[in-house]
Amino acid sequence: MAEKRLKTGSDLTWRDIEVGNVVTEPGNAALRRTGDWRSQRPITDKEKCNKCGLCWLYCPDAAVKPLEDGYYEADLFYCKGCGICANVCPKEAITMVEEEEK
Amino acid sequence: MSKRVGLEASHAAAEAARMADVDVIAAYPITPQTHIPERLAEMVADGELTAAYIPVESEHSALSACLGAAAVGARVFTATAGQGLELMHEVVYVASSMRYPMVMTVCNRALSAPLSVWGDHSDAMAVRDTGWIQVFCQNSQEAFDMTLWAFRVGEDPRVLLPVMVHFDGFHLSHVTEPVILPEQEEVDRFLPRFHYPFALDPDKPMTHGAFGPPEIYSEAKIAQEVAFRKSKDVILQGFQEFGDIFGRYYRLIESYRAEGAKLLLVTMGSFSETATIAIDTKRNKGESVGLISLRLWRPFPFEELHQAAKDAETLIVFDRSISLGGPGGPVYSEVRSALYSEKDRPKVVSFIGGLGGRDMSVKDFEYVIDRGREIAEKGSKELFETVGIRGKVTGIRG
Repeated sequence: MAEKRLKTGSDLTWRDIEVGNVVTEPGNAALRRTGDWRSQRPITDKEKCNKCGLCWLYCPDAAVKPLEDGYYEADLFYCKGCGICANVCPKEAITMVEEEEK
Repeated sequence: MSKRVGLEASHAAAEAARMADVDVIAAYPITPQTHIPERLAEMVADGELTAAYIPVESEHSALSACLGAAAVGARVFTATAGQGLELMHEVVYVASSMRYPMVMTVCNRALSAPLSVWGDHSDAMAVRDTGWIQVFCQNSQEAFDMTLWAFRVGEDPRVLLPVMVHFDGFHLSHVTEPVILPEQEEVDRFLPRFHYPFALDPDKPMTHGAFGPPEIYSEAKIAQEVAFRKSKDVILQGFQEFGDIFGRYYRLIESYRAEGAKLLLVTMGSFSETATIAIDTKRNKGESVGLISLRLWRPFPFEELHQAAKDAETLIVFDRSISLGGPGGPVYSEVRSALYSEKDRPKVVSFIGGLGGRDMSVKDFEYVIDRGREIAEKGSKELFETVGIRGKVTGIRG
C-alpha cells in the first residue's frame, strides 16, 4: 500500500501553486486514498465464490486484486464501495455491508 | 535597413506575426478583423511564413485550438472582434488561467444589438477582468510594434500570460498609414525563440487543466492575480528593450502637452490622436489643458496614473462604451476609483461618445473639454454626459 502521504490541496498555500496549476508529477492518483468515500464495503463468501474473476474485471477503480489462493479481494484503500462487483457476481458471493456494521 | 511602407493596421499586425515567425494561427474571420487572417492565410499559402494555419468553425474553436498549440510550446497568434470575442469568452479566461502565452489582436467592434460591425470599445470592456495583458494602439505603427512587444512580454518566463492587442475597428483596421518595418535580424534579436517550460511532452508527462475543488481554487486565483500584477515589471522592460532596438519608446500612459495642465482629457485608442488637435487648439487659446491616453489597460497602471494626474484639478474621461446601469464609462470608473485614495484628488468627469463607429471630430473634443470643465465647477444632474447624441440626454441617474 502507498506509504507516502501525498499533500492534499489543503496543505498548499497560494505560493505553492505551480504556474498555470500544472501538476508536474503525473500518476499520483495511486497515492490518493479514495477508500474513505465508501459507505458500504464488499465482503466475499468464499463458499460461494468460483474464482471467475468478473469482480476483478468489472471494478472501475482496479481496486479488486487477485489473491495467491485464486480468490479476489477489494483493496479498501481504494474501494469506493460502488457495489458493481456484488452486482456482476454470477454466484451472488459478494455482499455489500454497511461500514458501521462489523 | 528598415523600410517605410503604407499599411493598414490589420496588415501591420499580420506582418508583425509573420516577422515573429509564429508557429500556429487559428482564427475565424469576422468584420472588421477579416484582413488579418486573410493576409496570414495568404502568407502561409505562398510560403512566406512556415506555420500551421488552422481553419476553424467558430471563434470558440479558434481560441481552443490556440490553447492546444500553446500547451505544446508553440508560438501562437489569433485575432477577432466584437461578437467573435464574445463567442470566445469562456476560453479567454482559460488561456490566462492556464498561463498560456499567445497574442490576440482585437479590432474593437460594438456589440449587438442593434447589429453593428463598426468600432467602439464594448468588446474590450467585456473581457476586462479575464487576466490577459491588454494594450491599446493609436495608429498602424503601434499595431505592428505592440504585436511584436506582446510576444516578447507574454512569453517571458517570469510572465507566461496571453496578451491582447486592441486597435479600433475600421478607424485603424482599414486605414492605410505609413509604417516603419524593421529588419528580420532586429526582430530576432528582440524576440528570441520561445521555450515554454511546461510544454506537454510524452517523455515527461504532466497534467494541465486539473480540477480545482473549493480547497484549492481560491489559492489558484490569488497565485494568478499576484503573477499578473508582477508582469508589469516585464511590461516596462519590454518597452525599454523595444525602444533600444527599434528606436520607438512607449509608455504605459502616453501624454500630450500634459505637463502642468490643470485639466486633463483621458482617452484610449485611435481617437486620442484626434483629441491632440483639440488640445492644440485649446492650448493656443491659452487654456491649461493636456491629454493622457492609457496604453496599458490591464494590469491597470495605477502608479503611472497617480503620477500623470498629480498636478491636475480636473480629469475628463472619454469612453467609447457604456457600462449599462453603472456609474459612468468603464474607463472613467477605473480612473476615478484609482484616484479615490489621493488626498488632493482631482474632480473626475465622465463622457461617453463614439459608439458603434460614430466619429468624433476635433470640435466634439473641444465641446467635451468645455462642458467637462463646467461640470467640474458646477456639477451635473447626470452621472455621465454624452457627446454627439441627437436630443438632450436626461435620466442618467442613480
